[in-house]
Amino acid sequence: MNFLIINFFLISILLLTTFYIFKTTSLISVVALTGIFSLVCTAIYVNLDAVDVAFTEAAVGSGISTILMVMAVAKLPEGKKNQLVNLFPSIILSVSTVIVLMLIITNLPLLGDPNAPIHLHVTPEYIKESKSVFHIPNVVTNILASYRGFDTLGETIVIFTAGLGVIVLLTSNTLNRKTKFKKKVKNNER
Amino acid sequence: MKDSISSSPIFNIVSRILFAPIIIFGLYVQFHGDYGPGGGFQAGVIVAAAFILYSMIFGLKKGEILVPVKINQYLMCFGVLLYAGVGVVSIFLNGNFLDYNVLASNSSSGQHIGIILIELGVGITVATVMIALYHSFASFRINHE
Repeated sequence: MNFLIINFFLISILLLTTFYIFKTTSLISVVALTGIFSLVCTAIYVNLDAVDVAFTEAAVGSGISTILMVMAVAKLPEGKKNQLVNLFPSIILSVSTVIVLMLIITNLPLLGDPNAPIHLHVTPEYIKESKSVFHIPNVVTNILASYRGFDTLGETIVIFTAGLGVIVLLTSNTLNRKTKFKKKVKNNER
Repeated sequence: MKDSISSSPIFNIVSRILFAPIIIFGLYVQFHGDYGPGGGFQAGVIVAAAFILYSMIFGLKKGEILVPVKINQYLMCFGVLLYAGVGVVSIFLNGNFLDYNVLASNSSSGQHIGIILIELGVGITVATVMIALYHSFASFRINHE
């Protein structure tokens, strides 16, 4: 019962936050509200006993990404910070997404149903075996690092590639090099 | 804007006090990931948060002295190579790619060594990528031309 009350409370905060994200026009408050959204999600994950997911959401979702978004907004020119955009296409898109999700939701298994397909595939094996095979108590670490080590290698490479892309696009060194190159070309032309 | 933040004694002292505990907590999350919630991804973000706090308060220049851009980029590659290197080493020890059982004499300590090493690789990569993201965002000027 408590579980339900807490969940209901958190999800209503989530809805309220979404409403205000939708309503506000200043970009910096949208960023702050997105951080709050993420933090409420963290609480929901803790309530569902998914501590690892909650930890990641708190560190990445509401921590670093909020800081990076604030940085991005701070770099925008003054006039573009509070610009009103045409919301009509996004309203149509989100309403149709909600309708599709509502249609699907009846086919989903109930929350915590032990006979749901996801709990019958490989999970029982992992939970039974992992401690006796690897001698490490945290099942999540076992799955992440050992059963699915190759997956995690891919994730690490994705993060690495993302960082590389941002460095190449944004670092002033590359811009300077470009202008230097242009100057060289101009000098040669002369 | 940044100079006014670094001259404010509250921000200055709070960030000085918080810097070390944040890194200690990051290391705890990194190496305690085998026993509790946590692991490389979260630890990397937490350690990066300490350095981002430092460069936010004391300005980008001092932040880039603390974590030089070149070293940051080398560490970024080192993390991925450490992860992949563990897999390659296990191939040379007659195992499969990323099969940690062969890394030590018995399989349980082999798993421990393998998991700690790859989590370290993930942590280093995530932390340095986050620092690099912040530094490139902070040094970016829109009307550069």
